[in-house]
Parts: sequence; C-alpha cells; structure tokens
Amino acid sequence: MTPIAIDASAMMQGLYCILPEILIVATALFVLFVDLILPEENRRILCGVSIIGVALSLFTVFAMGPGKISGFSGAVVHDGLGAFFEIVILSACALTLLMATGYSEWEGTHKGEFYSLLLLSTSGMMFMAKGTDLMTIFLGLETLSIPIYVLVGFHRHRMSSVEGALKYFLLGAFASGFLLYGIALMYAATGTTKIAQMVPMLYDARLAASPVFLAGVGLLLVGFAFKVSLVPFHMWTPDAYEGAPTVVTAFMSAAVKAAAFAALIRVLLLTLGGLQPVLWKVLWVLSVLTMTVGNLSALVQNNVKRMLAYSSIAHAGYILVGMVSGDVLGGQASLFYLLVYAFMNIGAFGVVMLIAQKEDEGYDIDNLAGIGFKYPALAGLLTLFLVSLGGIPPTAGFVGKFYLFSAAIKHGYIWLAVIGVLNSAASIYYYLRIVVYMYFLPAKGEVPVPRPPRIAFSLALCASASVVLVLGIVPSSVLEFAERSVLSLLM
Amino acid sequence: MEALALKLMSAVPALAGVPLWAMTLLVMVVVAVILLVFALTFGGLGSYVLRKVAGDIQVRIGPNRVGPYGLLQFLADGVKLIMKEDIIPAKADRFLFALAPYLVFVGSFAAFVVVPFGVGLIASDLNIGVYYVMAVTSLVVIGVLMAGWASNNKWALLGGMRAVAQIVSYEIPVGMALLPAVLIAGSLSLQDIVRSQGGLLGIFGWNLFHNPFTFFSFFLYFTAAQAETNQTPFDLPEAESELVSGYNVEYSGIRYAFFFLAEFGDMFVVAALASACFLGGWHVPFFRAETLPGAWGNLLSLGAFLVKAFGIVLVMMWVRWTLPRLRVDQLMRMSWKYLVPLTFVNLLGVSLWLLVFRGKGIPQLIASIF
Amino acid sequence: MEPILFIIFGAIAVGGAIMVVTRKHPMSSALYLILTLFAVAALFVLRQAHFLAAIQVIVYAGAVMVLFIFVIMLINVPENKLPMERLTGLRLLGVVAAGFLILESAILARRFAMPAGSTADAGSVQAVGRALFTDYLLAFEITSVLLLAAVIGAIALAKRKI
Repeated sequence: MTPIAIDASAMMQGLYCILPEILIVATALFVLFVDLILPEENRRILCGVSIIGVALSLFTVFAMGPGKISGFSGAVVHDGLGAFFEIVILSACALTLLMATGYSEWEGTHKGEFYSLLLLSTSGMMFMAKGTDLMTIFLGLETLSIPIYVLVGFHRHRMSSVEGALKYFLLGAFASGFLLYGIALMYAATGTTKIAQMVPMLYDARLAASPVFLAGVGLLLVGFAFKVSLVPFHMWTPDAYEGAPTVVTAFMSAAVKAAAFAALIRVLLLTLGGLQPVLWKVLWVLSVLTMTVGNLSALVQNNVKRMLAYSSIAHAGYILVGMVSGDVLGGQASLFYLLVYAFMNIGAFGVVMLIAQKEDEGYDIDNLAGIGFKYPALAGLLTLFLVSLGGIPPTAGFVGKFYLFSAAIKHGYIWLAVIGVLNSAASIYYYLRIVVYMYFLPAKGEVPVPRPPRIAFSLALCASASVVLVLGIVPSSVLEFAERSVLSLLM
Repeated sequence: MEALALKLMSAVPALAGVPLWAMTLLVMVVVAVILLVFALTFGGLGSYVLRKVAGDIQVRIGPNRVGPYGLLQFLADGVKLIMKEDIIPAKADRFLFALAPYLVFVGSFAAFVVVPFGVGLIASDLNIGVYYVMAVTSLVVIGVLMAGWASNNKWALLGGMRAVAQIVSYEIPVGMALLPAVLIAGSLSLQDIVRSQGGLLGIFGWNLFHNPFTFFSFFLYFTAAQAETNQTPFDLPEAESELVSGYNVEYSGIRYAFFFLAEFGDMFVVAALASACFLGGWHVPFFRAETLPGAWGNLLSLGAFLVKAFGIVLVMMWVRWTLPRLRVDQLMRMSWKYLVPLTFVNLLGVSLWLLVFRGKGIPQLIASIF
Repeated sequence: MEPILFIIFGAIAVGGAIMVVTRKHPMSSALYLILTLFAVAALFVLRQAHFLAAIQVIVYAGAVMVLFIFVIMLINVPENKLPMERLTGLRLLGVVAAGFLILESAILARRFAMPAGSTADAGSVQAVGRALFTDYLLAFEITSVLLLAAVIGAIALAKRKI
C-alpha cells in the first residue's frame, strides 16, 4: 500500500477556502468551553463571544472576496454564490444572536448548548451554500438540521415546543432519507457525486432521460422542498415555527431557507442546461401551489407566529418563481429576495417577540390591539416589516418581488407572474390586518407592556429596518452583487 | 479453503475425481468441526480450571470427585445438562426463547474463524479480521437481549439490559485499544498483525513492548475485554446476589449449556486477540517457527499461541475471583469517562509515535543503534 | 455460485423487510430488521466489500438496532395495548402501487447501461480509507462536526439540568 501523498499547498488552499466555517465551528467549541468554566450569572458573555465569532467570520468572507477558490478536490468552493449566501446566513445568525441577548434572559435560554448549537447549525448552512459535491451538501444539510431540531425543542417544559420539535424531527429525518436516496440514485446513474463532473454528462440525452437519474433528481428536490417548506412538504412548518423559541423561529425562517435555496440554486442552475424541459413544469407547479396554499392558510390565522409561518411558506413560493426560468435574471432575483427576506422576516419576529409577553398565548393577535399609538416606535417598525413582506413600495420587499415577477414575465411565464401578483395582493390583507389591530382597534383591558429591549436588540431591529428601507430605495449595488454571484456560478 | 482443497486433491490421487466444490465444502465442514470440537473442549476444561482456580483462591479444593483430580467433572456436568429437562416458561415468547442461546453461541463461535492458531493455521484469514470479530460479537448482544426479553421475567429482562448496555459501552474501548496493533501492522488481518511482531528481537518484537502507548493499550484492552465478556468485576448482567442469574435465569438443560459454552468461547476469543495483537501471537521468542520443515512449524507455533492464550485466560480467571463487583453507575462511568478517552489518547499517541519514528518501536530503535 | 447466493440473501433481505412492516409487535419488527441488515451485509460480502459488510453489522446490528430493542424493552407495551393497524383498502392500494413502481423502475433501469462499475477492491479497507482521506476528506471532517452537534443536542434535550 503506497501511503497517501498529501499535497500541502492544495490542503492549505482548501483550509483557506473554508476559513469562515472553521471560525464558526471554533467559536462553537469555544462557547462550550467557556460555558464550562463560567459561573452561572455571567452566562451573558456567551452571547457576546458568539457574536464576535460571527462578526469575525463575516469579516473573513468580505476579505476573501467573490473570487473563486475551490478546495478539497472539488468538494467545496468559495465563489460569488457561496459568498453571497454566507453573508445572508451570517447576517441572519448575527441578528438572531443580537436578539438572543434579550430573549435568552426572558425565556431562560442562556445556555452554552443553545449558542453552540446555533453556531454549529450556521456552519452546516455555510457548508451547504458552498458545497459542490452532493455529499458535502447532504452533510451540510444534516449539520444544519440536527441542531435546529434540538433548538426547536429547547423549551423542554413547553408542550408546543416539544411537539414542534418531534414533528419537525420525524418529517425531517424522512426528508433527509429522500435526499440521500436521490443522491444515491444520481450517483448510480453518473458514477460521481461531484456536481461539476455531473454537468457535462447531462448533455448526453440518454442520461438526461434516464429514469434512474430523473428519479434521483426528483428525490433530491423532495428533500430540498421539505427544508424550504414548499407546499406538499410544508406540514411541519406551522407547528415547528409556533413551538420553537421565537429567536429560533426567526433564525429558521431566514437562514435555513437561505441555505437550502443556496444548494438548490447551485444544483438546479448548473444542471438545468440538460434538465430544463422537464424541470420547469415541476418547479412551476410547486411554486404556484406553495404561494397559494401558504397565503390562503395565513389568511385565517389568529396567532401571529403561526401567521408568519404560513407567510414564510408563501415566500418560499415567490423565491421559487425566480428559479423556474433558471437563468441569470431569475437567479439574481431569487438571491436578492432571499437577502431581503432574511432581514424583514427576522425584524418582524423581533418586534413581535418584544410585544408578546410570553410564549404561546402571548402571540395571539388580540394582544396587539392598541399597541399602535402607545408604543409608536415598535408599531412603526412592525408596520415597516409587514409592509415590506407584503411587497409595497418603497420597501425592499417590493423591489424583490418586482424583479422576481419581471424575470418570470421576460421568460414568458406570464401566468406564473399573474398568480404571483394575485397572491401578493391576497397576502397584503393579512399583513395589514395586524396593522389595523395595532392602530385602529381598542385594547381589551390593559395594553400589554412590551419588554424593554436591550441595546443589542434595538441594534438588530434598527439594522434590519435600515436594510429594508435602503434596499427599497437604492437596490442596485446588491442586485449587481447578486448578478455577479450567479454569473460566477455559471462561468 | 479452495486452495487447500486443490492441494489435497493433487496430493491424494484417489480424490482427483471429486468435483472441486464438493471437496471445498468437505474441507470447510472438517475445519468447522475441528474448531467446534476445540471450542467445546475448551469450554469443558475451562470450566474445570475455573473452578479449580476459584477453589485455590478461596482456599478450598474445588471439584475432586469425578476422575483423577476431578478432571472428568466437566463430562459429568455435560451429561447432566444434556439429560435435564428443557423448560420453556409458559408465558415466554417460545420462538425467541429457543433461538436466543444458539444466536449467542454462534456469535461467539463465529469469531474462532479468524483466530490465528499458528503458521497457516487459521480457518479464514479475512482481510478485515479484527472488525469481523467485532461484527460477529454483535450477534451475542442481540442474542442476550432476546434471551432477556423472551424469558418474560424481570430478572432476566434487567440482566439482559445490563448486559447489552455493558457490551455496547465496552465495545468501543475494546476496538480502540486493538487499533494500535492494526496501525503497526498496517492491516486488519490477524495473521498480518501476528507476522508484524516477528523477527529476531524475541519478546521485544511484540507489540506490547513496541512503545509505551502500546504497552498501556494492552492493559486498557484487557480491562475492557474483561468487561465485554461480562466477567467479574464487571459481571453485573448475571450478578447472582442481585439478579439471581441475569438473562439466562429461565434457561435449563442444553440451552443453558449453550450460554455457558458461549461465555467460555468469548473468553478464549478475547484472550486469543490479546495474544495475537500484543503478545506476538504464534511467534516463539528468538526462533522462527515458520522455517521448520513439514508440519513441525505449524505445531510449534500452535503450541506457542495456545500457551499465550491460555495464560491470559488464567489471568482473567485470577482477576475474576479476586476483585469485588462494581456498581452499574460505576461501570458506565468507567467506560465512558475513563476507558474511552484513555483509549483515544492512546491511539493518538501510537499514531504520533509511528509518524515520528517512522514505524519503529523502542526495541528496534535500540537495535538500530548497534 | 454467486447469483444463487445473491438470490438467497436478497430474498432474505426483502422478506425480512416485509416482515418488519407487517409484524404486530415492535420487538418482532426490530428483530426482522436485524435479519434484513445482516442479509444486506451478506450482499456486500458478495460484492467483495468486506469492510462495508463489517461496518454495516457493527453499526446497524450492533449499535443502532440494539438501542432500538433497548427502548422497546424499556417501554415494554403489553400485548393488548399495542395500537391496532388495520389493513384498509387504501393501504392495500398503496402497497400494490408501490410494487408496480418498483417493478417499473426496475424494468426501465435495465434498459439503460449503468456506468462502468467500480473496481473489484472498491469496498476494501484500503480503498475506503483512501477515499475518506483524499476525495471525501471534507465530508469526513463535516461528519465529525455533525456528530458533535448531535451529541450536544442529545445532552441539551435529555440531561436533567443543563
């Protein structure tokens, strides 16, 4: 047996390529260690340590730039798409951590385990966004999911939390099975798990039409669809979102979706060359179903958390619109929307988190009545985020939707755009319903006193709000970045 | 097996007409029977020695009635076990209850296949030898669980669960403690591992003296293996004073005998692995047994191997009768908090040693000076 | 010889799997699942993937299934309190449909040439080790992060006081 020759420079390049991930994992380990030696009352430091780690990692991503660096014999690549999604994921994680400073104090999640799980999950997402090997993507997905299952059930004494975690876990494990089986079938058909090697093979019509390969792609799609909660696979979403500690819900809705879409975009855009004729119909149907079912279900919800859960399902449908066309324009729109969505959704959850006094009952819509004029700053922020989610100018949500639907129209998917716009219109009803509750309905009894936000919490809300506003008015630089990211993938 | 069959057919002209597959099958059966006879004899004689050792340690005589020095006691016991009524409790799960002892026995007997008894004396030199042993051991776990559950008896259930928790926990340190030998030999095959310890350094060629970490890992292995085979001080699954007899409490007659034999089979396999991985296996110190003409080399190496293995079995019995039993929580703590981390550190140490000294052990380093 | 063994072990695997889903008692299901896993290990051996076979037995039969059985034994639901699964028409239809799907995909799959299979020693210890430390090094390392996350998660959920 000849020993394995280690190419030191390739190894260094590989390690450099995953430097942001390494930093996050190291922070997770460090948090665990600090948790061990820290006295009970100083646990707040843990959150600070985590934020510093995430900030460092974010800085590294910016420092590395969008240039293409591939490592580990093509298992992972740092390119424009990876960098873009890393920024989205890390920002979502940073916002979550900033909010967790307050939330952990109220709900008792100041635990080393909480933060390290959050960070490990983030590292999984980043691997997923950068993975160019189906195995890397799968392992990233698992590393993302398992901590999230636990985080959903982190409130062990709350039935809804445990219930949500169990449902999410059981269905999630099933979906992972689908995904893995899909990968196995694709491997069986092509003999490789590397996407880059798979792409040229797809121009061979025999492979592109081979049932084994198509079944593999289908199962892969099912696995991803579950993670981003597309409609026939969305059943877990409301329960998991409602049961999870609210910071985790905010994190899940933004970051998990971004990571899963990152991998989906990478796989789909690269393989679509050969598969486009078959795949667009599937994506079209999924997108329409997701938008419609998500919005219609959200209309009748009285629990704000649950309503936002259904709204996040609907948003997955919008984002999918950009991928039906499967080219730069659509991909760019999806990327932009994912970034915007992360900020506005986390922001909305953040405000709701402050107003709700406690988990479960606190999120009833009646609780919001009369808030409007008593706490104008909070109500104003929530209105801004909801307006953006609804897609009304001058917010970033409008710009995002505009680009998504115009991409669909440019490629001739007129009906898709029409259905999307109709759905958007329907969604405005339930977003504005909350605004109506806040400003125009009298409170039943006493107006609940929101929790006083910490500085970090206020910072997170302000940052989200400014992103939503700024990108609503001057979106061009980020749109360009998104375009370059998609182009870097296709080149 | 096929090679042996071919050799046999070319050596004995009368067999030339027999088809190859039939001959191969015949050779397989013969080898299996030889191993089975060995295992049964070991079980029988082992029980006699165990009781004699126990007697000596407890300052009493032990079996002394049947045959000279009580040597034939095991035959009498065997006959008794076969003649006894085979009772299946009314509320037991009949099928699983009946199946369990055979599974346990098969699990422990199957490991004999890769035991390197001597030069060329191995039923099948699998290239995954060490892993194979660990894999078939899992059959024992399942059999024990089945026995405990199917008996429909709370002592049996408790015993079964304890046994399984214990075996599963201690499987990790056992495997990890064997890995240094695998690393040094660069192979999982037990014959390769034994061969890597040869040479003219005598006992200093053994992995035991290869470097400080391997020395340590032998004792880690011994401790963990003692626990994996459910021997005192780790015999909680069948702690007589708490659980009557554990998972096999409802068994009688021939089925009980199978559990009994499996226990001794496990003991031998563990000792054989220890001697093959750490004590030079069938190597005779300062002598190349494989160079002897004819069958002498095979026989000499067989003798060397059995002496070493039986020596370890004796030590195991000695430990068994001298140390008091641990508590369940102590047992688990010992595995997960001490043995597992230690074996990992040890493995790291061995790997680093091999990296730094390019695979040479202390004795070789000293020898290379002169 | 090999085709015969393949059919035998394949039949055991499939039969065991069917028994897993049709048995009433979870214990029987678990034991049949072990049988299936052993049969699959035997199939690996037939493809000369000895290492994979051993790992399959050690991990699944030796660890995962043992934990399953352990839990079933700890919960120990009495026979009469087990939930009844009824054979409804819809379920029967589902089974038939699944059977057709499998049959169809098998027939279709035969029409397409599979890429050249891996070499004979692809399942050996050396080959697996080489793959793990070259092409799949990153996957190997991410797995360790994944396992760490799982351990932390299990403790966070199960430990009495964290």
